[in-house]
Amino acid sequence: MSRSLWASVRRVGAMIERYVYLLKGSWPRIIELAYWPTMQIILWGFLSEYLVHHSSYLARASGVLLAAVLLWDVMFRGQLGVSVVFFEELYSRNLGHLFASPLRAYELASALFVISLLRTLIGSGMAALFAFWFYHFSIWRMGFVLVAFFMNLLVMGWAIGLVVAGLVLRYGLGAENLAWAAVFALAPVSGIYYPISVLPHWLQIVAQILPAAYVFSAMRALFFHHIIVARPLWEAGGLNVVYLALGLSLFLRTFHNARLHGRLLNLGE
Amino acid sequence: MTGSAIEVAGLAKAYGPVMAVESLTFALGSGRVLGLLGGNGAGKTTTLAMLMGLLLPTTGSIRVLGEDFLRHRYRVLERINFSSPYVDLPHRLTVYENLRVYGGLYGVRSIKARIQKLARDLDLEGLLARPYGRLSAGQRTRASLAKALINSPQLLLLDEPTASLDPDTADRLRSYLRDYQKASGAAVVLASHNMLEVERLCDDVIMLRQGRLFDRGAPALLITKYGRETLEEVFLDMARGRSQL
Repeated sequence: MSRSLWASVRRVGAMIERYVYLLKGSWPRIIELAYWPTMQIILWGFLSEYLVHHSSYLARASGVLLAAVLLWDVMFRGQLGVSVVFFEELYSRNLGHLFASPLRAYELASALFVISLLRTLIGSGMAALFAFWFYHFSIWRMGFVLVAFFMNLLVMGWAIGLVVAGLVLRYGLGAENLAWAAVFALAPVSGIYYPISVLPHWLQIVAQILPAAYVFSAMRALFFHHIIVARPLWEAGGLNVVYLALGLSLFLRTFHNARLHGRLLNLGE
Repeated sequence: MTGSAIEVAGLAKAYGPVMAVESLTFALGSGRVLGLLGGNGAGKTTTLAMLMGLLLPTTGSIRVLGEDFLRHRYRVLERINFSSPYVDLPHRLTVYENLRVYGGLYGVRSIKARIQKLARDLDLEGLLARPYGRLSAGQRTRASLAKALINSPQLLLLDEPTASLDPDTADRLRSYLRDYQKASGAAVVLASHNMLEVERLCDDVIMLRQGRLFDRGAPALLITKYGRETLEEVFLDMARGRSQL
């Protein structure tokens, strides 16, 4: 490994260490990570049990709703893991120290990805364990393709998280509510609980540019037809590469603009 | 100019029609201490921010430790550090955790030993396990200074380093900074409103008014030049627009 690459890895590691300290220093934060996904699972679990006995559609694929809830949560947690963790630097007025150090903006983004993965594994993992214990539903019954679903949704969450972080860097903490709103704005067109064919034609076009719509389509194919369709997952992966690159570009661009307008010293609560 | 820690030429920063800093040119030799003096809004923090790479100038050039800072700042950032009471460290992390993280960012070897040494020097040993957010203002200033010294910087930028400190602690801190600077040969830029501090620590002073260089020189020379007895009197003359030679 070259010296500069090693130095870069070391800086990313230091930032991960910073976020791990933050997480382990506050047990309410760890509980909060698992609380919302678990509540979702409880709610949708009971609804699912009821519908399985009253709907021929769901009776064919019990667990599809729970799988959808869990996977949707991956994207939501992935997004929050980038944007909300980035907000911590603004809350603590720490950006000046960070960017006067040798830390590059893309290294910060890399650390945010790693911590987002960790937070998502904790939050969604606890919810998945709960679903198994309470409803005897195992997310792992999807098999190895679960990794492809998980990674596609996580990366889409990262891309959205970078856009939100960039907008907050540009417009200040007044824009932080975007972190909660951004993913939900995409929920109706992502085909989480229904095929996108039920959408009006123009919304189907929107859905076709969202990686999540491909993932949930593949998930339904797995549950209802017991087949793994690889093509939508590759398409989702391709779109994710584009969106992640766009998200990173926007983040780096707003970082450059923040240096131009002196916001790195002024942003904060 | 060889041996310069900083060379600034024609530096300017405009925010729309407002010129925060205008036509600033100066150099700081290695191992020297430069004071930036000026009232509120004179351009001290803007100048420091440009020297840290946190703010891009509108025009001008900056060379730091021999590198073109505007093009290659990452080549030298490991050898610079700063402290300011206006930029916080993460509140929920302990002092030790904060110093560890910044040690990692700056590539400090033997980080534990370095933290222990700084804790001893800055009287932070009893505070290492305490979250930064629970420190008093004076304790935060010392913790922030420990972060600024974590990488044994060759260029140290200090914005009001003794703000919020009681006179005794401030005095000990000034002695420590002077000793560090002499032992390490580091160059220091110090923005302060404390004229006694500037007189005591600085080899050279730049006086800024409304973003422009008003005058510069050694503190004693400036006092003589303006026919005053203290640097504070010189500063007040400049700030109130009544200084004349």
